Amino acid sequence: MAKIMTVDDSVSLRKLVASALQAAGHNVSEADSGQTALSVAQTTSFDLVISDLNMPGMDGLTLVGQLRKLPAYRSTPILILTTEMDPLKKQAAKAAGATGWLVKPFDPAQLLATIRKVLD
Amino acid sequence: MSDLPEVPSPANEHDKKRSAQLLTFFLDGQEYGVDILRVQEIRGWSAPMPIPGAPSYIKGVINIRGDVVPIADLRERLCLPAFEHGATTAVVVLRVRYKNRDRIMGVVVDAMSDVTTVPGEALKPPPTFHDSSESLAKEIATLEDKMITILDVDCVFGDQAA
Amino acid sequence: MTKSLSDIQTELLGTFFEEASEGLQQLEAGLLALEQAKSADPDTINDVFRAAHSIKGGAGSFGLNEVCALGHAMESMLEDFRSQRVAPNRESLAALLEGVDWLRNALDARLAGAALPIAEIEGFCQQLERLRGASGVSAEATPVVAAPRGGAFVVEFLPMPRILESGNEPVRLVRELVRMGHATVTTDISRLPVLADIDPTLCYLGWHIELEGPEVSATAIEEIFSWVDTDADLQITAQTPVEPPSPSTEVQQVAPAAAAVAINPAHEPKPPTAAPLASDSRAEGAIGSIRVGVDKIDLLMNMVGELVITQSMLGVIDDESRLDSRRIEQLREGLGLLARNTRSLQESVMRLRSVPISIVFSRFPRLVHDLGQQLGKQVELKVLGQTTEIDKTVVEKLGDPLVHLVRNSLDHGLETPELRRAAGKSEVGVIQISAYHHGGDVVVEVRDDGRGINRERVVQRARQLGLLGPNEAPPEDPIRDFIFAPGFSTAASVTDVSGRGVGMDVVRRNIRALGGDVFVETAVGKGTCISMRLPLTLAIIDGQIIRVGQHAYVVPLLSIIESVQVEPKRVSKFQGKRELYRLRDKLIPMIELGQVLGLHSWQHSEESLMMIVEADNAPVGLLVDELLAQQQVVVKSLETNYDRVPGLSGATILGDGSVAFILDTTAIGRLVRGVPGNGAHAA
Repeated sequence: MAKIMTVDDSVSLRKLVASALQAAGHNVSEADSGQTALSVAQTTSFDLVISDLNMPGMDGLTLVGQLRKLPAYRSTPILILTTEMDPLKKQAAKAAGATGWLVKPFDPAQLLATIRKVLD
Repeated sequence: MSDLPEVPSPANEHDKKRSAQLLTFFLDGQEYGVDILRVQEIRGWSAPMPIPGAPSYIKGVINIRGDVVPIADLRERLCLPAFEHGATTAVVVLRVRYKNRDRIMGVVVDAMSDVTTVPGEALKPPPTFHDSSESLAKEIATLEDKMITILDVDCVFGDQAA
Repeated sequence: MTKSLSDIQTELLGTFFEEASEGLQQLEAGLLALEQAKSADPDTINDVFRAAHSIKGGAGSFGLNEVCALGHAMESMLEDFRSQRVAPNRESLAALLEGVDWLRNALDARLAGAALPIAEIEGFCQQLERLRGASGVSAEATPVVAAPRGGAFVVEFLPMPRILESGNEPVRLVRELVRMGHATVTTDISRLPVLADIDPTLCYLGWHIELEGPEVSATAIEEIFSWVDTDADLQITAQTPVEPPSPSTEVQQVAPAAAAVAINPAHEPKPPTAAPLASDSRAEGAIGSIRVGVDKIDLLMNMVGELVITQSMLGVIDDESRLDSRRIEQLREGLGLLARNTRSLQESVMRLRSVPISIVFSRFPRLVHDLGQQLGKQVELKVLGQTTEIDKTVVEKLGDPLVHLVRNSLDHGLETPELRRAAGKSEVGVIQISAYHHGGDVVVEVRDDGRGINRERVVQRARQLGLLGPNEAPPEDPIRDFIFAPGFSTAASVTDVSGRGVGMDVVRRNIRALGGDVFVETAVGKGTCISMRLPLTLAIIDGQIIRVGQHAYVVPLLSIIESVQVEPKRVSKFQGKRELYRLRDKLIPMIELGQVLGLHSWQHSEESLMMIVEADNAPVGLLVDELLAQQQVVVKSLETNYDRVPGLSGATILGDGSVAFILDTTAIGRLVRGVPGNGAHAA
């Protein structure tokens, strides 16, 4: 259905998200770092990007900022995955240009319900 | 005589023993046997590669399908006189257990004899006044026409300082 | 169709455990570094925090609530450090290190499907909280609960024009809202300009929604708009009187600490242990995601062995038969291809089973740290050669002997700081573990700069144990001879640490069972070095085939320095017996290889060559009759069916089917120099 890119340096968590999305029929690509995600985005456009917040190298918010600079990604839904979302973090996410966030732990049903806010 | 207590005679005990299946061969005119289940194969004799520092009855090692297998001269091990290898000389490849591990080794014999089953009552413990060959002999099988010395294959390696 | 969470979790659990295990190592290494440094390095604190955070997050996602709770408790303390509210101190770092052990414990238990010590874990979390409380930082506030449900609401949703730039699509949000219950939606198009002036990247619409239903609540509505509350004018008005909405705008996840308390009580806690067992009997960690049965690998390796033999057989045919030149050319090409294939097959197969020795070494920083503290000694651990590759089966058996040797060094070898100071040494003792390849072996050494082994004490103890008669003169090297005897510790008291019956005799037995051996070098007051030498299990080595008398032998190419024709004028006799060869500026001992190999009738002739080989960094010259081919040979162990033979490192099968022994040049050098130590004497 939709083309989604998941970004997380943790293989198990990344696949957790990818698995749930694929089972619902989406087409999922995985990136193991912000850097990888950014270079993939130069040549491929996705309907949705889901990225972990805490990653070594380029963290989630920096990735969002960089993605938003690409013409194809000016208004692509980008969600941040995080363990909690206090008001400060929320502000930072919005300032960076993130569409929204997903709080871990979540179950596949929650995940799919949440992305319905940005995907058909 | 009848009021003497019945001493269990060896014959009585052995009656209850199971029969033994043996592979037999000749050494210096005598017939010897080993438990058939321990025999991996029988080969012709080929010159082994001598091992430095080995006991003299271990003649060396040969290649058996990629395995390096030590060969023992059974005549020498049993303190029998040496003999030229001839057309009938054979190597019996055995599975032995030595120092808590299973290994393969070959023993050189003059000639092969037979595969034979010896009934339990024919088996007796070896006599105690023999020479060093007794350390290898497990049992003696007494049949109508012959005697077979049954060897304990696990003792072939002997006590070498290794 | 959605897979259930537990299905996905189960599939990925193994991967998670590997990641968590690595994360724990990083966490532990960082904590140890913080403990040893004088000031708290912010980068290290950050790394440690991130490691704990990742483990916590991952554990939560995989439903490992107790691991998550532990991780959370540790993360909170680390956050205090990170934000510089509190500085790390000995007590807190020690507690965090204990936390690492608990995490390992919990993960291992989960992996093995065993019961978890939940009560102890909870107790530990509380302990951490108390420590945090003691430093003046309050525990986290417990979160809010869900709001009441059911009701009717009117929602006025007026997004700002630029809302689309955030990737949010207002229409979808409205749709989500409508899904919650019964709704009437009116679209406000008052801001819509004429078609020509419309900017497609801006939003001009607004919505008025009347919504009611049993699932509808102010909180739920806010949840839907939570991403855009700063990008829109949002008014939610209740139509029926309901309880005031909860103060915070989001429904937060229940904090893991609370979840820990609610852990399924069906789990039976294990009988309380004071602290979790520190690492040393941990199961060997997984190296990668592919698990191959070792028997399959053995089969593969045999195949490779056969291939190598076949290849050399073909080589023999090439030499012998008379073929026309074209056939010969084809044969040569075929052989070349075969050689290349064999080599790459060999390499990939060996890589399958070799693992870096760091797997065994990784437990030592923690072990040395804890043990040093326990014994009141200051230690610096140096680890060299972590990337040295070694066969997996050997690695598994190396662990315990190595642990014993390191404990020995720490316990008996290194002196207390006072004694060291008195001896003019630095107060911090050094223990060095190293691994490297040497010839066809792997050498693993444990070296310390402690007090060394006292020869006199060894002799005394040997007499005590009855290994040496009261009037018998001690052998030349009593340390080598006696130190491996069972029950031999020369320490004044056997500490709990290393004297528990796992003696040097067991170490040597285990190493010998692997086909290797143990050697000791020591100097009183300076230190001790124990080296274990282990053969690589299946070695395919490059060898030089030589002829001595009637027989062929193989010398590993790595051991050969050079070969020379013997010039009689360069030969001189030393003390009437040994012959030495003058080669350029060196005097090289000459060895009658035939004699060493038990070919007593052998004598070297005018045509003999001398092959100069490595032996303990001191070259020796082996007298041989002829140099034959150089080729790869498969090393077959002599111990499989026979026994160790001093001077030989194995055997191989040549192309013609005959057996050739592979020479261990180091052992031969030692044999001849009269330095026993390779099993030259009875065990």
